[in-house]
Amino acid sequence: MDCSNAETLLDAYVDGELDPLRNLDIEEHLDGCARCAQSYSDRQAIRGGLKTESLYFKAPADLGKRILRSVRQAAKAEAPAGWFSGSWLKIAAPLATAALVILMLVPYFGGPSSDQILTQEVVASHIRSLMVNHLADVPSTDEHTVKPWFNGKLDFSPPVSDLAKQGFPLVGGRLDYLHNRPVAALVYQRDKHVINVFIWPSDNSAQTGGPVKTHQGYRVIRWTGSGMNFWVVSDLEQSQLAKFTDLLKSSLAAMAS
Amino acid sequence: MGGKEKLERFEKAILPHLDAAYNLARWLTRNEHDAQDMVQEASLRAFKFFDGFHGVDARAWLLTTVRNTCYTWLAQNRRSQLTTSFDEEIHTVEKDALNPSALALKSSDMEMLKVSLEELPDDFREVIVLRDLEELSYKQIAEVINAPLGTVMSRLARARGRLKQILCSHLKEKP
Repeated sequence: MDCSNAETLLDAYVDGELDPLRNLDIEEHLDGCARCAQSYSDRQAIRGGLKTESLYFKAPADLGKRILRSVRQAAKAEAPAGWFSGSWLKIAAPLATAALVILMLVPYFGGPSSDQILTQEVVASHIRSLMVNHLADVPSTDEHTVKPWFNGKLDFSPPVSDLAKQGFPLVGGRLDYLHNRPVAALVYQRDKHVINVFIWPSDNSAQTGGPVKTHQGYRVIRWTGSGMNFWVVSDLEQSQLAKFTDLLKSSLAAMAS
Repeated sequence: MGGKEKLERFEKAILPHLDAAYNLARWLTRNEHDAQDMVQEASLRAFKFFDGFHGVDARAWLLTTVRNTCYTWLAQNRRSQLTTSFDEEIHTVEKDALNPSALALKSSDMEMLKVSLEELPDDFREVIVLRDLEELSYKQIAEVINAPLGTVMSRLARARGRLKQILCSHLKEKP
């Protein structure tokens, strides 16, 4: 490693952000180069100085209280109880009825329903995952590697099962973003076809399902079960995808029991 | 989510990071009073959008909101210092950073370090505050300032070079 390389990486080295191999390279260089070693110790001196307490501004004692007060007020304004009390009702009720009617009519007059939007999002995510060669953040065929990988990355733990024996091997997992929230994406493969399964918690505890939809040539199957939403998307042919879905469902049921 | 439940969840997630929020706001606004206003405004904004927060890193999330609030305020209230204005300066920094100068900071130099940090352009100052004072990882910083990881790395290197340059010139001036 030469001095200009070392200089570029020195900050990341000081911050402990380099991989072990590069760490070794830098350390080797610092051992033999007085100039870079000096540069390194300058950085350490400044870093040490910045850690001085007088440079860290702690919040004034009453700031927390003031914030809580204003946030509580904001929360009250949001709370539904406030809306239905007293004279508000006289004005709010007709408005609410009108809004409800409009909301109910919207799907019939061409505006996309949340279901349609989600279908588009799911298919777009699927296509993106194929395009940028970003199928998996954790490429592994082992469910016991994939499941723990999600720990700390999501606020829920997705059920993960490998279906290799049944002809649909798990190839990995990925973090994705759908419906305004981070979701788990499990990636399965059948021959050359990729299947993405998106999973996130559902507010609905009932078991529901939807019909198979086709969007931009991709098939989308969704259902809700054991408190989770499942969206399966692939270009796999319909009967194959239905088979995969059945296998996944029964494997999940076996896991749950 | 019910109002009360939301409030409890919010308090639990956000309040522990009030010092971090204030420290960043204080360094970006460079005065106490505005910093308090910024944190208060950012907290309200964070509460409003709290339903959309499902992540695990509440500190980085709050700091992002504080930073955005501060930048909006800075753009409205100050001559814009949002970006480093002179490329030449950046250039001299990089040359200068190659000139080690055997820095040894005494405790009496801390005030000088503080002044030097305040003189840095906002985008340099914030990465140093986030990394060296707040000890965020590069990945967290990338999230807070909404920039790629490579940018974080190079900006931090340039910011430290510039800080050293300013500090050295102050130390020379000193009687």
